[in-house]
Amino acid sequence: MSNFLTSSIGKKFILSLSGLFLIAFLCVHLALNLLLIFDNSGDLFNIGAHFMATNPIIKIVEPILAIGFILHIVLASILTIQNQKARPIKYARRNQGGNCEWSSRNMYILGAVVLIFLAVHLYNFWWNIKFPTLGTPLAETTVDGVAMEDTYLLVSSLFKTSVVYCLLYILGGIFLGLHLTHGFWSAFQSIGFCNQIWRKRLECLAKIFAFIIAVGFCIIPLYFMLGFAGN
Amino acid sequence: MADKILKELTLKIWRQKDAKSKGGFETYKIHNVSTGSSFLEMLDILNEQLVSENKEPVAFDHDCREGICGTCSLFIDGRAHGPDDDVTTCQLHMRRFEDGATITIEPWRCGAFPVIKDLIVDRGAYEKILQAGGYVSVNTGGVPDGNAIPIPKDKADEAMDAAACIGCGACAATCKNSSAMLFVAAKVSQLALLPQGKVEAARRAKAMVAKMDELGFGNCTNTGACESECPKSISIEHIARLNREFLKAKLKD
Repeated sequence: MSNFLTSSIGKKFILSLSGLFLIAFLCVHLALNLLLIFDNSGDLFNIGAHFMATNPIIKIVEPILAIGFILHIVLASILTIQNQKARPIKYARRNQGGNCEWSSRNMYILGAVVLIFLAVHLYNFWWNIKFPTLGTPLAETTVDGVAMEDTYLLVSSLFKTSVVYCLLYILGGIFLGLHLTHGFWSAFQSIGFCNQIWRKRLECLAKIFAFIIAVGFCIIPLYFMLGFAGN
Repeated sequence: MADKILKELTLKIWRQKDAKSKGGFETYKIHNVSTGSSFLEMLDILNEQLVSENKEPVAFDHDCREGICGTCSLFIDGRAHGPDDDVTTCQLHMRRFEDGATITIEPWRCGAFPVIKDLIVDRGAYEKILQAGGYVSVNTGGVPDGNAIPIPKDKADEAMDAAACIGCGACAATCKNSSAMLFVAAKVSQLALLPQGKVEAARRAKAMVAKMDELGFGNCTNTGACESECPKSISIEHIARLNREFLKAKLKD
């Protein structure tokens, strides 16, 4: 395994695996978030959030998730810098529209936009939930006799009061979706799990998956913005 | 159908005296070009014109002029081998251009392919990658019987598709990352698919990828631009196979 991590394919292998791991995380995250729009009392979401916050498996996975994000960002940055250096003199005229998808050419930019969104998102929710003493302390609520933090109130009040945040979250969802249209199938290609037949399947699956993730995450701020959750 | 005449064309061509000089674009006008002439014939006409004006002709690579040698290159109007798909520059014809058009002609831009003069680049980097492992070691002795080793038809076909690579460099030239993965993948696939090449598959994949990285080619991000511009339409499924071969070889270490 010598020089595995310094080789181009080795770095992409790790980038792809971390990407696939983040994709798995997105599925869990979206599934839980959708509880927000299925119960306007907020009990359902609070139970879900409380379960995640107290689950020992989640406690173990959380630092691994952070490592996954860091690996994905660091490797993508190293690869992008190397790629920039590989062409010291640029073309004066370039016409790439016909030979590849826009999202596939701009994965690093899309990723950077998602990262900015992620920072805002962590500041909005994660920071306040994890460090109630430093951020805004969460209200308490009781569901079925169990006392827990009112996470629903935190989320719903943000989306009900700020159209700007709603639009930001919708944009975040769209950019994440665009990143996934290429990222999803590209990860499989990089780990070698692709051929003529599977490429069509994976590319199709990538579009469907990206659409579900983008629509799924956009629908939540829209739901609150359009007043379906009441005022 | 009779060939039409393009009355005037404006050519914006990259001129560079030698590898060390700083190059720049020069603009030339060329008149009365038949749409039936090939792109390289059009450049020949331009060069005759330049010679008659006592100017230095434009240097460009060409050899067979029938799309099989991989010598011609050129980035024409922002695309490797020009606007047509699945052709080399020598197979591109002037009927593809409008009268009065401005055509931008640049050399391959890739750190590993330095410009030698005008539109000619040094593609020795591809030779070096081949030297690192793109071959099958053969023992001397009697010539083996052609059909002694049975090879399934589908494998033979796939290997043949990969072997269509002419090493022109369009893949690395068009890739936004200047990655040579399609070239390396074609060479690795062509041999890894056949029983004769399988024996050295692991060593080959590792050595060729290491050489490719060392020469300063970029990292593949699977955009698929290379297969669109490849004059031999080599599929990026071979890149997936290269990734597989490389990862398998590294896991065995």
